[in-house]
Amino acid sequence: MNAVIQLQEVHKIYHTGSVDVHAVRGVSAEIQAGEFVAIMGASGSGKSTLMNIIGCLDRSTKGHYLLDGTDVSQLNRDALADIRNQKIGFIFQGFNLLSRTSALENVELPMLYSKDHLSGREQRERATNALGTVGLAERADHHPNQLSGGQQQRVAIARALVNQPALLLADEPTGNLDSQTSIEIMGVFQSLNEKGMTIVMVTHELDIARYTKRNLIMRDGRIVSDTPVAQRLNAETELRALRDAQQAVKLTV
Amino acid sequence: MRRILATLKIAGRALRRNKLRTLLTTLGMIIGVGAVIAMVGIGNGAKSQIEAQIASMGQNVVLVFSGSFSRGGVRSGWGGAGTLTIDDSEGILREIPGVVAVSPEIRTRAQIAAGSQNWNTSIQGESPEYFDIRQWPIITGSSFTAQDVRSANKVAVIGKTIADQLFPGEDPIGQVVRVKNVPFIILGMLTPKGLSVQGQDQDDLIIVPYTSAMKRVQRVTTLGSIIVQAAKPTLLNPVQQQIIELLRQNHKITPGKDDDFTVRNQQEIAEMATAQSKTMTLLLAAIAMVSLVVGGIGIMNIMLVSVTERTREIGIRMAIGARGRDILLQFLIEAVTLSLIGGILGIGSGFGVSKLIAAKTSWPTLVPSEWVVYAFLVSASVGIFFGFYPARKASQLDPIDALRYE
Ligand SMILES: Nc1ncnc2c1ncn2[C@@H]1O[C@H](COP(=O)(O)OP(=O)(O)OP(=O)(O)O)[C@@H](O)[C@H]1O
Ligand SMILES: [Mg+2]
Repeated sequence: MNAVIQLQEVHKIYHTGSVDVHAVRGVSAEIQAGEFVAIMGASGSGKSTLMNIIGCLDRSTKGHYLLDGTDVSQLNRDALADIRNQKIGFIFQGFNLLSRTSALENVELPMLYSKDHLSGREQRERATNALGTVGLAERADHHPNQLSGGQQQRVAIARALVNQPALLLADEPTGNLDSQTSIEIMGVFQSLNEKGMTIVMVTHELDIARYTKRNLIMRDGRIVSDTPVAQRLNAETELRALRDAQQAVKLTV
Repeated sequence: MRRILATLKIAGRALRRNKLRTLLTTLGMIIGVGAVIAMVGIGNGAKSQIEAQIASMGQNVVLVFSGSFSRGGVRSGWGGAGTLTIDDSEGILREIPGVVAVSPEIRTRAQIAAGSQNWNTSIQGESPEYFDIRQWPIITGSSFTAQDVRSANKVAVIGKTIADQLFPGEDPIGQVVRVKNVPFIILGMLTPKGLSVQGQDQDDLIIVPYTSAMKRVQRVTTLGSIIVQAAKPTLLNPVQQQIIELLRQNHKITPGKDDDFTVRNQQEIAEMATAQSKTMTLLLAAIAMVSLVVGGIGIMNIMLVSVTERTREIGIRMAIGARGRDILLQFLIEAVTLSLIGGILGIGSGFGVSKLIAAKTSWPTLVPSEWVVYAFLVSASVGIFFGFYPARKASQLDPIDALRYE
């Protein structure tokens, strides 16, 4: 197997005022194609910082990051933008959708900046398909402020998927969602992973991490534990179990 | 190409979201471009009006004024009584070859009245040749004659404004108008000319034989000026020279002394007039430039605000793969769209203003179509020039910083 992500002694130091914040202190890790990894850790342990580096949104202060074998720290702004557009789908902690723009247009956005020039009709088609994948086809015309948190998160997932990236990165994709919606999102991730997509996500919910295949735990900017998930949960079965339980207390029909 | 189209769409949406702001921002451009278009229209109107005025002086005309312009820049009353006499005028016609017509002239302002109506107007004493030299035909009635001049008859030709003021709704021909209480019979009315470039009503005048003006109105024995017509344009300079010689001789001015009269030929007068209108055009152009710069700064300002407001949006776009160039283009297109909206509205309002002035002054204001193209290009350039800095600022944002921006 070939490593999609290779981190070699990656450091990130924020210079704010007089104090330097050493957010990531020498992280080394490899993530192979087809993996499904959860990064966990306490608040402030550097998870988001690391994810932003992996997502080519930010650069490491020290060390090397090889994405598909190329050292990303050497690339210029435009090249990084193209990588973000083509290779990586990023799902942000706070959705980061464009307000006053319909769900469909939000999903079309990455194609606007894509190198393979699709016709307007093709873009529409692909965006609609992506929305279908996350089960939101009928909400295509809604604006983000007309959607629930879970629905907005799904629009964000659809947007991350629309350029068919090999790597999906998600920073706390279930952070603001109830447990049922969280499991639904995990279901989407699991089926994407089964189709071969490499997924790295940040979470601090232990039970959510159990839907992945491998857990990395960070503390003070370092990876302190790297374990495969022993008893992996399946979103579909969990969801069914949850529905049965809810039916019992008449939460749903 | 698709990318540009899509970017255009984004820019359009951003502008539509803030219609009032868009309009206010473009106000500077509207005024600037409007001023340019109005300026060109009025300038052209003024130019054609000046040309018409020069032409209306008559062809190949030399003007002789009493008094000297050169004497310390002061001149003793152009057209008023002065140093020229009827003998001078007759001498010019008789003795200078190439002179085909002269009109001795005396001008003043006076109160005139008819019935109970009063009016203050310009009184001109002229010869009957005046109407030919000036190519100013009588529209109704007839001119006075050489006989009227010889006998200093109390007859007059009036401009349209006099007819409107003193005889509203009546036929003025044959009516009596009292000039300084001397009754004159109206023989004819001149073709209306409308306003001059200086904004004067050219039809507000009454023309009587110069002898009548001298004896009966002003009670003077001298002329204000003499209009001389030469046969050919090439004769203008020799005729001018000969007039100077003849008048110096008549007035017994010894060599070395200054003339007590001034001779100007038509060309010189035309040059003076165009110089004046050039100054005017320059002034308007300066105003237009200033408003364009102010308009551009307005656009720059609002674009800077817009970039700050939309920092997060910029961050999102960059995070999903927009290059700096895409962001630059987006904001540049937005700025250009703004300035073009201003430009188009400005072209419209400029046309409106020049039409309004045309209606008020009866000048034929005309905006040549290439100026519409220029105005369009200038607006676009203003947008690019003043939009570039904010757009560049937006394009150089760091994706992570932009995303974190609250
Ligand atoms: N832009 C920044 N400037 C300065 N310090 C920063 C910046 N971003 C993060 N940090 C610091 O870096 C450290 C790691 O932050 P990071 O956001 O990576 O934590 P996290 O693990 O994602 O936490 P959470 O679970 O709360 O999201 C924190 O101490 C934080 O204060
Ligand atoms: Mg975080």
